[in-house]
Amino acid sequence: MTGTAQGAAISFQGVGKAYPKAGGQVTALADVTLSVPTGSITGIIGRSGAGKSTLLRMVNGLERPTEGRVIVAGHDVGAARGGALRAIRRDVGMIFQHFNLLASRTVRGNVALPLEVAGTPRAQIRARVDQLIEQVGLGPLADRYPAELSGGQKQRVGIARALATGPKVLLSDEATSALDPETTQTVLDLLAQINRDLGLTVLLITHEMAVLRDIASHMAVIEAGRIVESGATYDIFARPQHATTRRFLSGVTGATLPAFVAARLQAEPPGDQVIRVTFAGAHATDPMLARLATDLGISANILGGTIEEIGTKPFGNLLISVPHDRGDQARAFLETHGLTTEVLGHVR
Amino acid sequence: MSANLIPILWDATMQTLYMVAISAILGTLGGLPLGVFLACSQRGELLSAPWVNKVLGLVVNATRSVPFIILVVAIIPFTRAVVGTSIGTNAAIVPLTLAAVPFIARLVENAIREVDQGLIEAARAMGATPFQIIRKVLIPEALPGITLGLTLAVVSLIGYSAMVGAVGGQGLGDLGIRYGYQRFMPEVMAAVVVILIVLVQLVQSLGEWIAARVDRRAPRNRGA
Repeated sequence: MTGTAQGAAISFQGVGKAYPKAGGQVTALADVTLSVPTGSITGIIGRSGAGKSTLLRMVNGLERPTEGRVIVAGHDVGAARGGALRAIRRDVGMIFQHFNLLASRTVRGNVALPLEVAGTPRAQIRARVDQLIEQVGLGPLADRYPAELSGGQKQRVGIARALATGPKVLLSDEATSALDPETTQTVLDLLAQINRDLGLTVLLITHEMAVLRDIASHMAVIEAGRIVESGATYDIFARPQHATTRRFLSGVTGATLPAFVAARLQAEPPGDQVIRVTFAGAHATDPMLARLATDLGISANILGGTIEEIGTKPFGNLLISVPHDRGDQARAFLETHGLTTEVLGHVR
Repeated sequence: MSANLIPILWDATMQTLYMVAISAILGTLGGLPLGVFLACSQRGELLSAPWVNKVLGLVVNATRSVPFIILVVAIIPFTRAVVGTSIGTNAAIVPLTLAAVPFIARLVENAIREVDQGLIEAARAMGATPFQIIRKVLIPEALPGITLGLTLAVVSLIGYSAMVGAVGGQGLGDLGIRYGYQRFMPEVMAAVVVILIVLVQLVQSLGEWIAARVDRRAPRNRGA
């Protein structure tokens, strides 16, 4: 993900957003330059208030940048007004954390709404709506009202509605944040499937790293209105550069310290050095700890770890402790073999 | 009660129903769009027009501040200009409508404002025009609230209609005053009160029934 617009479905070019406020102004976004590759699932992660929602809503012109440009499929969204803006919006679907379905309309009526808005002939609406409802697996529930559906079913209606006008881009505003973990997984699977089948570009915002791990090919980390890190999801998981990214990662990669270790962790020696070792790509399956013992005679104590897949590539995370006087040696050895290490502290 | 009072009561009831029905319909025709506009014209809303909103809000408040009986008398010249007379049931419809429009507008405004902002945002994201959002999202979603508001307005109009006897508006209230009070016929007064209670009950029940029919915000037992 670079600043160039080539092959980009969405491109943010030096985007800033400032709100007037008594005695000055509040900067919500500053100098955001980011390209969302066509056909990708790109995720933006940040804490609440970081500006991710503002950034997402600029893609369909619900918010306007006060600086820079937002280009979607060749159109400058920030400069579009009236009918031109509405035309762009029909090419950009959106799903929401709280679904935003009309309580007064059935599943069928909700999915039909964007087509009615676009002025599609009635007969065509009927056929298209039935097809969309099948596509998201809600066939038997077509005549139900939202109040009669579960959260996951409501979000499927939201997805069908967002796809109705055949958009090129789908925006997801924390679409799984109100769902339980199991339902989240099925909704994410559906999004991934739509991305594959329709070649639709998906831009999502979330505060959960697990969502990015599961479906995003590209990601960006936003902090206080600025992008602090962006790139391929796998690379960022393997080699996080920014402290904020690491903080998000620690919750998801199984790399949290066991409580009995965390309680005794100290910044300085004495004690064993606690090291986080990240295995990525080809190295993920190498027996590095065995070689640490045979080649250097250092026996590492395993405190915790996981191996999972990001995209289709294995990704491992291991917490070990080694005698502190051998720590630097052990880390140098692991790093020369392509692993990433990080000293977390010391335990006695 | 003597049998010859029955037709008088019947006629008075019909006059009341006529005045209330026509002024409720006219009041809705005026109050619904006005209420929608009041709800949508605040700063930053769909049809942002803050100054127009403020002025209309003042006019609505001013109209609602005037006690109804004073409104009836104060607008007699206007009434005469509209219906050609200031006396009778048709003349009574003018002040009733004039009182109903701002009242209904406020009730509609409140109902529209109850609609989740998220729905407006979703509709905007679809590329809907402000008019489409009003017609396809705001009014349908606010319909249960609007229905209950209109019910309240009709009940109030039944009460107001009793006052238009002051300008020869006839109807139940007028009958109660002229027969029950001025001619010392308490049984007429009692009959008028009973009929009014029944009317209000019927209107309230009907309104609540319709509101429940159009309200889909909570799950409903299927096939029940």
